[in-house]
Amino acid sequence: MLVRRVWPSRPTFDSPFGDFGEVRREMLRLLDTVAGDTFGDVGAGVFPPLNITQDDDNFYLRAEVPGIKPNELSISAVRNRVSLAGKREIQREHERVSYHRKERAEGSFNRTVTLPTEVDTERVDARYADGILTLTLPKAEETKPRQITVRT
Amino acid sequence: MAREARTDIQKAEKVGVPTVPEQMRPGAVYSPSVDIFENDNTITVLADMPGVKAQDLKIDLRDSMLTLTGRVSAPDGAKESDVLREYQSGTFFRQFTLSEAIDQAKIDASLTDGVLRLELPKVEKARPRQITVRTD
Repeated sequence: MLVRRVWPSRPTFDSPFGDFGEVRREMLRLLDTVAGDTFGDVGAGVFPPLNITQDDDNFYLRAEVPGIKPNELSISAVRNRVSLAGKREIQREHERVSYHRKERAEGSFNRTVTLPTEVDTERVDARYADGILTLTLPKAEETKPRQITVRT
Repeated sequence: MAREARTDIQKAEKVGVPTVPEQMRPGAVYSPSVDIFENDNTITVLADMPGVKAQDLKIDLRDSMLTLTGRVSAPDGAKESDVLREYQSGTFFRQFTLSEAIDQAKIDASLTDGVLRLELPKVEKARPRQITVRTD
Protein backbone atom coordinates (compact mmCIF):
# COMPACT_ATOMS: atom_id res chain seq x y z
CA MET A 1 0.00 0.00 0.00
CA LEU A 2 1.28 3.43 -0.86
CA VAL A 3 1.66 6.23 1.63
CA ARG A 4 -1.48 8.28 1.35
CA ARG A 5 -1.70 10.63 4.29
CA VAL A 6 0.14 13.47 2.63
CA TRP A 7 -2.83 15.64 1.86
CA PRO A 8 -3.55 18.02 4.73
CA SER A 9 -6.93 17.76 6.37
CA ARG A 10 -7.54 21.43 5.68
CA PRO A 11 -7.01 22.00 1.99
CA THR A 12 -6.88 25.51 0.66
CA PHE A 13 -8.23 25.97 -2.79
CA ASP A 14 -6.80 29.33 -3.63
CA SER A 15 -3.20 28.11 -3.51
CA PRO A 16 -1.32 27.89 -6.81
CA PHE A 17 -0.92 24.17 -6.12
CA GLY A 18 -4.65 23.70 -5.82
CA ASP A 19 -4.83 21.23 -8.65
CA PHE A 20 -1.92 19.22 -7.38
CA GLY A 21 -4.03 17.13 -5.07
CA GLU A 22 -6.15 15.98 -7.95
CA VAL A 23 -3.10 15.12 -10.04
CA ARG A 24 -1.62 13.26 -7.10
CA ARG A 25 -4.82 11.28 -6.59
CA GLU A 26 -4.91 10.36 -10.26
CA MET A 27 -1.27 9.25 -10.16
CA LEU A 28 -1.79 7.09 -7.10
CA ARG A 29 -4.91 5.60 -8.59
CA LEU A 30 -2.95 4.74 -11.72
CA LEU A 31 -0.13 3.19 -9.71
CA ASP A 32 -2.60 1.17 -7.68
CA THR A 33 -4.15 -0.20 -10.82
CA VAL A 34 -0.78 -1.16 -12.26
CA ALA A 35 0.24 -2.81 -9.01
CA GLY A 36 -2.94 -4.85 -9.15
CA ASP A 37 -3.98 -3.49 -5.79
CA THR A 38 -7.42 -1.95 -6.06
CA PHE A 39 -9.02 0.50 -8.37
CA GLY A 40 -10.57 2.35 -5.48
CA ASP A 41 -10.31 6.06 -5.02
CA VAL A 42 -7.49 7.59 -3.09
CA GLY A 43 -9.21 9.44 -0.31
CA ALA A 44 -8.03 11.89 2.27
CA GLY A 45 -7.52 9.28 4.95
CA VAL A 46 -9.71 11.16 7.39
CA PHE A 47 -13.26 10.78 8.55
CA PRO A 48 -15.67 11.72 7.17
CA PRO A 49 -14.71 11.76 3.49
CA LEU A 50 -16.04 14.91 1.83
CA ASN A 51 -16.95 15.88 -1.68
CA ILE A 52 -17.37 19.52 -2.53
CA THR A 53 -18.87 20.70 -5.78
CA GLN A 54 -20.09 24.05 -7.01
CA ASP A 55 -22.38 25.63 -9.53
CA ASP A 56 -22.99 29.30 -10.26
CA ASP A 57 -24.90 29.97 -7.05
CA ASN A 58 -23.91 27.38 -4.47
CA PHE A 59 -21.27 25.13 -3.05
CA TYR A 60 -22.43 21.62 -2.21
CA LEU A 61 -20.65 19.68 0.49
CA ARG A 62 -21.44 15.98 0.81
CA ALA A 63 -20.10 13.72 3.52
CA GLU A 64 -20.44 10.00 4.05
CA VAL A 65 -21.49 9.68 7.68
CA PRO A 66 -23.36 6.39 7.99
CA GLY A 67 -25.00 5.55 11.28
CA ILE A 68 -24.87 9.04 12.73
CA LYS A 69 -28.07 10.62 13.91
CA PRO A 70 -28.55 14.12 12.45
CA ASN A 71 -28.80 15.65 15.92
CA GLU A 72 -25.35 14.29 16.79
CA LEU A 73 -23.77 16.39 14.04
CA SER A 74 -22.52 19.86 14.73
CA ILE A 75 -22.08 22.05 11.68
CA SER A 76 -20.83 25.61 11.67
CA ALA A 77 -19.93 28.06 8.93
CA VAL A 78 -17.95 31.27 9.29
CA ARG A 79 -17.12 33.30 6.19
CA ASN A 80 -15.52 30.69 3.93
CA ARG A 81 -14.88 28.02 6.51
CA VAL A 82 -17.15 25.10 7.23
CA SER A 83 -16.67 22.86 10.25
CA LEU A 84 -18.17 19.47 10.75
CA ALA A 85 -17.93 17.75 14.11
CA GLY A 86 -19.63 14.84 15.75
CA LYS A 87 -19.30 11.48 17.30
CA ARG A 88 -20.14 8.08 15.99
CA GLU A 89 -21.10 5.56 18.58
CA ILE A 90 -21.79 1.95 17.83
CA GLN A 91 -24.46 0.56 20.05
CA ARG A 92 -23.34 -2.18 22.35
CA GLU A 93 -25.16 -5.43 21.93
CA HIS A 94 -27.03 -6.38 25.05
CA GLU A 95 -26.73 -10.12 24.75
CA ARG A 96 -23.51 -12.01 24.93
CA VAL A 97 -22.25 -12.23 21.39
CA SER A 98 -19.06 -13.34 19.76
CA TYR A 99 -17.62 -11.18 16.99
CA HIS A 100 -16.42 -12.53 13.69
CA ARG A 101 -15.60 -9.14 12.18
CA LYS A 102 -15.42 -5.65 13.60
CA GLU A 103 -14.52 -3.19 10.87
CA ARG A 104 -16.84 -0.29 11.55
CA ALA A 105 -15.06 2.51 13.35
CA GLU A 106 -16.40 4.67 16.14
CA GLY A 107 -15.17 7.82 17.81
CA SER A 108 -15.15 11.58 17.44
CA PHE A 109 -14.39 13.58 14.36
CA ASN A 110 -13.84 17.22 13.59
CA ARG A 111 -13.04 18.63 10.19
CA THR A 112 -12.77 22.13 8.83
CA VAL A 113 -12.56 22.97 5.16
CA THR A 114 -11.91 26.30 3.51
CA LEU A 115 -14.04 27.13 0.50
CA PRO A 116 -12.70 29.20 -2.40
CA THR A 117 -15.05 32.10 -1.66
CA GLU A 118 -17.21 33.31 1.19
CA VAL A 119 -20.68 31.91 1.66
CA ASP A 120 -23.93 33.37 2.92
CA THR A 121 -23.91 31.63 6.30
CA GLU A 122 -27.50 32.70 7.04
CA ARG A 123 -28.89 30.61 4.20
CA VAL A 124 -26.86 27.40 4.59
CA ASP A 125 -29.07 24.35 4.27
CA ALA A 126 -28.24 20.94 5.73
CA ARG A 127 -29.96 17.69 4.89
CA TYR A 128 -29.31 14.16 6.00
CA ALA A 129 -30.52 11.09 4.14
CA ASP A 130 -29.33 7.47 3.97
CA GLY A 131 -26.10 8.23 5.80
CA ILE A 132 -25.11 11.12 3.55
CA LEU A 133 -25.03 14.68 4.79
CA THR A 134 -25.57 17.35 2.14
CA LEU A 135 -24.86 20.99 2.83
CA THR A 136 -25.96 23.63 0.37
CA LEU A 137 -23.87 26.75 0.87
CA PRO A 138 -25.03 29.76 -1.17
CA LYS A 139 -22.16 31.88 -2.41
CA ALA A 140 -22.10 35.37 -0.94
CA GLU A 141 -23.62 37.91 -3.35
CA GLU A 142 -20.56 40.15 -3.40
CA THR A 143 -18.29 37.31 -4.50
CA LYS A 144 -20.38 36.31 -7.51
CA PRO A 145 -19.15 37.45 -10.88
CA ARG A 146 -21.14 40.35 -12.26
CA GLN A 147 -22.08 40.67 -15.86
CA ILE A 148 -20.91 44.05 -17.17
CA THR A 149 -22.52 45.43 -20.26
CA VAL A 150 -20.50 47.74 -22.43
CA ARG A 151 -22.38 50.91 -23.31
CA THR A 152 -22.06 52.21 -26.79
CA MET B 1 -7.69 18.86 35.32
CA ALA B 2 -9.80 15.94 34.28
CA ARG B 3 -10.39 15.66 30.60
CA GLU B 4 -12.69 13.25 28.94
CA ALA B 5 -10.73 10.78 26.92
CA ARG B 6 -11.67 11.06 23.28
CA THR B 7 -10.91 8.58 20.61
CA ASP B 8 -10.88 9.90 17.11
CA ILE B 9 -12.26 7.86 14.30
CA GLN B 10 -9.51 6.16 12.40
CA LYS B 11 -11.09 5.93 9.02
CA ALA B 12 -9.92 3.25 6.72
CA GLU B 13 -10.46 4.33 3.15
CA LYS B 14 -13.16 2.89 1.01
CA VAL B 15 -11.88 -0.40 -0.25
CA GLY B 16 -12.23 -1.11 -3.93
CA VAL B 17 -13.10 -4.61 -5.02
CA PRO B 18 -10.67 -5.75 -7.73
CA THR B 19 -12.70 -8.60 -9.16
CA VAL B 20 -16.44 -8.91 -9.14
CA PRO B 21 -17.95 -12.32 -9.79
CA GLU B 22 -20.88 -10.83 -11.60
CA GLN B 23 -20.59 -7.45 -13.22
CA MET B 24 -23.84 -5.71 -12.47
CA ARG B 25 -23.27 -2.35 -14.03
CA PRO B 26 -20.31 -0.22 -15.03
CA GLY B 27 -18.64 1.89 -12.38
CA ALA B 28 -16.59 1.43 -9.28
CA VAL B 29 -17.39 -1.28 -6.77
CA TYR B 30 -16.65 -0.82 -3.07
CA SER B 31 -16.56 -3.17 -0.17
CA PRO B 32 -18.64 -1.96 2.78
CA SER B 33 -17.25 -2.08 6.31
CA VAL B 34 -19.07 -4.71 8.32
CA ASP B 35 -19.51 -5.98 11.84
CA ILE B 36 -20.55 -9.60 12.12
CA PHE B 37 -21.42 -11.24 15.39
CA GLU B 38 -23.52 -14.11 16.58
CA ASN B 39 -25.18 -15.48 19.64
CA ASP B 40 -26.81 -18.87 20.10
CA ASN B 41 -29.84 -17.99 17.98
CA THR B 42 -28.87 -15.37 15.44
CA ILE B 43 -26.06 -14.16 13.22
CA THR B 44 -26.16 -10.38 12.84
CA VAL B 45 -24.49 -8.42 10.05
CA LEU B 46 -24.11 -4.64 10.23
CA ALA B 47 -22.85 -2.94 7.08
CA ASP B 48 -22.07 0.73 6.38
CA MET B 49 -23.62 1.56 3.04
CA PRO B 50 -23.98 5.34 2.85
CA GLY B 51 -26.17 6.59 0.02
CA VAL B 52 -27.98 3.31 -0.55
CA LYS B 53 -31.76 3.48 -0.52
CA ALA B 54 -33.82 0.50 0.63
CA GLN B 55 -35.12 -0.22 -2.86
CA ASP B 56 -31.58 -0.28 -4.28
CA LEU B 57 -30.32 -2.85 -1.81
CA LYS B 58 -30.28 -6.49 -2.76
CA ILE B 59 -29.68 -9.23 -0.23
CA ASP B 60 -29.26 -12.71 -1.58
CA LEU B 61 -28.74 -15.93 0.33
CA ARG B 62 -28.29 -19.20 -1.47
CA ASP B 63 -26.23 -22.26 -0.66
CA SER B 64 -24.92 -20.52 2.47
CA MET B 65 -23.47 -17.72 0.31
CA LEU B 66 -24.71 -14.32 1.45
CA THR B 67 -24.41 -11.51 -1.09
CA LEU B 68 -25.01 -7.84 -0.37
CA THR B 69 -25.33 -5.45 -3.28
CA GLY B 70 -26.20 -1.79 -2.80
CA ARG B 71 -26.46 0.62 -5.67
CA VAL B 72 -25.72 4.31 -5.11
CA SER B 73 -27.15 6.71 -7.65
CA ALA B 74 -24.96 9.70 -8.46
CA PRO B 75 -25.85 12.41 -5.95
CA ASP B 76 -24.33 15.37 -7.78
CA GLY B 77 -26.43 17.71 -9.87
CA ALA B 78 -25.70 17.94 -13.58
CA LYS B 79 -24.30 21.45 -13.54
CA GLU B 80 -21.95 20.97 -10.62
CA SER B 81 -18.19 20.98 -11.03
CA ASP B 82 -15.71 19.44 -8.60
CA VAL B 83 -13.91 21.48 -5.97
CA LEU B 84 -12.72 18.64 -3.77
CA ARG B 85 -13.30 14.94 -4.20
CA GLU B 86 -12.36 12.51 -1.47
CA TYR B 87 -14.77 9.72 -2.18
CA GLN B 88 -16.45 8.23 -5.21
CA SER B 89 -19.90 6.76 -5.35
CA GLY B 90 -20.40 3.32 -6.75
CA THR B 91 -21.88 -0.02 -5.94
CA PHE B 92 -21.33 -1.64 -2.58
CA PHE B 93 -20.71 -5.35 -2.93
CA ARG B 94 -19.69 -8.04 -0.48
CA GLN B 95 -20.07 -11.77 -0.15
CA PHE B 96 -19.83 -14.04 2.86
CA THR B 97 -20.00 -17.76 3.33
CA LEU B 98 -22.12 -18.67 6.31
CA SER B 99 -21.09 -21.70 8.28
CA GLU B 100 -24.51 -22.39 9.71
CA ALA B 101 -27.91 -23.14 8.30
CA ILE B 102 -30.15 -20.08 8.29
CA ASP B 103 -33.90 -20.02 8.64
CA GLN B 104 -34.63 -18.22 5.36
CA ALA B 105 -38.20 -17.37 6.30
CA LYS B 106 -37.24 -15.41 9.40
CA ILE B 107 -34.48 -13.19 7.98
CA ASP B 108 -34.96 -9.60 9.01
CA ALA B 109 -33.25 -6.65 7.31
CA SER B 110 -33.48 -2.95 8.12
CA LEU B 111 -31.66 0.01 6.67
CA THR B 112 -31.30 3.08 8.89
CA ASP B 113 -29.11 6.12 8.17
CA GLY B 114 -27.04 4.19 5.66
CA VAL B 115 -26.42 1.22 7.95
CA LEU B 116 -27.84 -2.19 7.12
CA ARG B 117 -28.77 -4.47 9.98
CA LEU B 118 -29.35 -8.02 8.90
CA GLU B 119 -30.59 -10.62 11.37
CA LEU B 120 -30.11 -14.20 10.24
CA PRO B 121 -31.78 -16.64 12.62
CA LYS B 122 -30.16 -20.06 12.79
CA VAL B 123 -32.37 -23.06 12.16
CA GLU B 124 -33.32 -25.08 15.20
CA LYS B 125 -31.02 -28.01 14.56
CA ALA B 126 -27.96 -25.81 14.30
CA ARG B 127 -28.40 -24.36 17.78
CA PRO B 128 -26.24 -25.84 20.49
CA ARG B 129 -28.09 -28.25 22.68
CA GLN B 130 -27.22 -28.67 26.29
CA ILE B 131 -26.62 -32.31 26.95
CA THR B 132 -26.72 -33.43 30.51
CA VAL B 133 -24.77 -36.47 31.45
CA ARG B 134 -26.70 -38.77 33.65
CA THR B 135 -25.03 -40.45 36.49
CA ASP B 136 -26.46 -43.60 37.83
